[in-house]
Amino acid sequence: MIKIQDITKSFGDKLVLSEVSGVFEKGKPNLIIGASGTGKSVLLKCIVGLIKPDHGQAFYDGRDFYDSDRTTKTEIRREMGMLFQGGALFDSKTVEQNVRFPLDVLTKMPRSEKADRVNFCLKRVGLENVNSKMPSEISGGMKKRVGIARAIVNNPNYLFCDEPNSGLDPQTSILIDELIQDISEDLDITTIVVTHDMNSVMGIGERIMFIYKGQNVWVGTNKDITHSGVKELDDFVFANKVMNSLRSK
Amino acid sequence: MFLGNLFTNRETFKTYYKLVLEECISIGLGSLFLVALVSTFMGAVTTVQTAYNMVSDFIPNYVISQVVREMIVLELAPTIIAVIYAGKVGSSMAGGLGTMRITEQIDALEVMGINSISYLVLPKITASIMMYPLLVIIAGVCGMLGGYLAGTLTGIITPTDYVYGLRSSYNEFTVIFALIKSVVFAFLVASISSYKGYYTQGGALEVGVSTTQAVTTSVIAVLIADYLLAQLLLAK
Repeated sequence: MIKIQDITKSFGDKLVLSEVSGVFEKGKPNLIIGASGTGKSVLLKCIVGLIKPDHGQAFYDGRDFYDSDRTTKTEIRREMGMLFQGGALFDSKTVEQNVRFPLDVLTKMPRSEKADRVNFCLKRVGLENVNSKMPSEISGGMKKRVGIARAIVNNPNYLFCDEPNSGLDPQTSILIDELIQDISEDLDITTIVVTHDMNSVMGIGERIMFIYKGQNVWVGTNKDITHSGVKELDDFVFANKVMNSLRSK
Repeated sequence: MFLGNLFTNRETFKTYYKLVLEECISIGLGSLFLVALVSTFMGAVTTVQTAYNMVSDFIPNYVISQVVREMIVLELAPTIIAVIYAGKVGSSMAGGLGTMRITEQIDALEVMGINSISYLVLPKITASIMMYPLLVIIAGVCGMLGGYLAGTLTGIITPTDYVYGLRSSYNEFTVIFALIKSVVFAFLVASISSYKGYYTQGGALEVGVSTTQAVTTSVIAVLIADYLLAQLLLAK
């Protein structure tokens, strides 16, 4: 479980996040949604420590992340896996080397065990026989899957996904969403997904936090998102034509 | 702060060993042809121009190769090759790290709990300090060989005079001085270029800007360090 409290972040005079608080539970994907430029990605980067917030706190299963010493911080980070928007695969390494990377650097696992683990994770994300390909030789959807395989290879306790569907076709998006949901449930890990894709929201959004102008405006599920009574959320949800037509009916 | 981070929260020795070897191959072997080519021509041109400027018949011919030796060992091999090294290796380091930054590869390392500065930059600086002195030695040899070829093939100087000139009044400290300079220059080019690349912000355009800044700043730093080292170690 991850708990955040009063996370605030400004860039110069611009307040991007204002006292955002929330709890992200284990076992199901926790979605952070909102329009572009509302601070979702900044919030995610604050949670994982890539951006230092001006103030606020983040607790990983009770462990204070920001105020802990370097060793504890590193320990917590080594329990994280993250899927970046563009995949962030290492260009100079093959798919297999990319997925094996956390095991090579962070563990003393024997070579054969690493190979088994890499193949297991690649199979888990539906990729086989791509081990020797370079990231430039695979499609955007495959890159995301390799990114997920790399994120889960070291058995993380926390999985973070930044816009996992951006740039993907609807079918591949659904596959990626289902994969994230399955992994969260099977591994019983805390997963946070940042997205503005309504298909994802309706598909896997059992826990949703809506961010508007840097503030946590609404928390709920995909079942009650269409009748939240929050104007900003309605504007966001029904901007989608399909959703709007459903609302009219 | 940047350099301080190189030595904190490091990974295992084995990890760095592999990375340093990879960087050595990339920096050393990758620069070998250019360094050999440039230094050979530098030696050849130095020989021809020195001969052109020797207008007095009272100066023996072997002085030409003496001058070539001193110029190559003291200045051309360590310093001019450093400028070329900054252009080739420095730009590659800055461009590589800058691209890693804008494509979130550095963020990916950080999220894994890896000290990205130490993991990415320490092997580059170490490999640079190991390989650049070797490149300078090769540049010195190629420069003198280039001078020999240009001098003897055009009849400016006889082979015997050239070799005699290289060996006469030899002061071994000039070679030590060149190696000291090469270590300092290697450190400056690698650390400045890595710094510029690592802290790139923005997109592809900014990677280009960082690369240009890395080369410019490295060259200026090399020239300043060259003067300071000469003043410190050679001034009487």
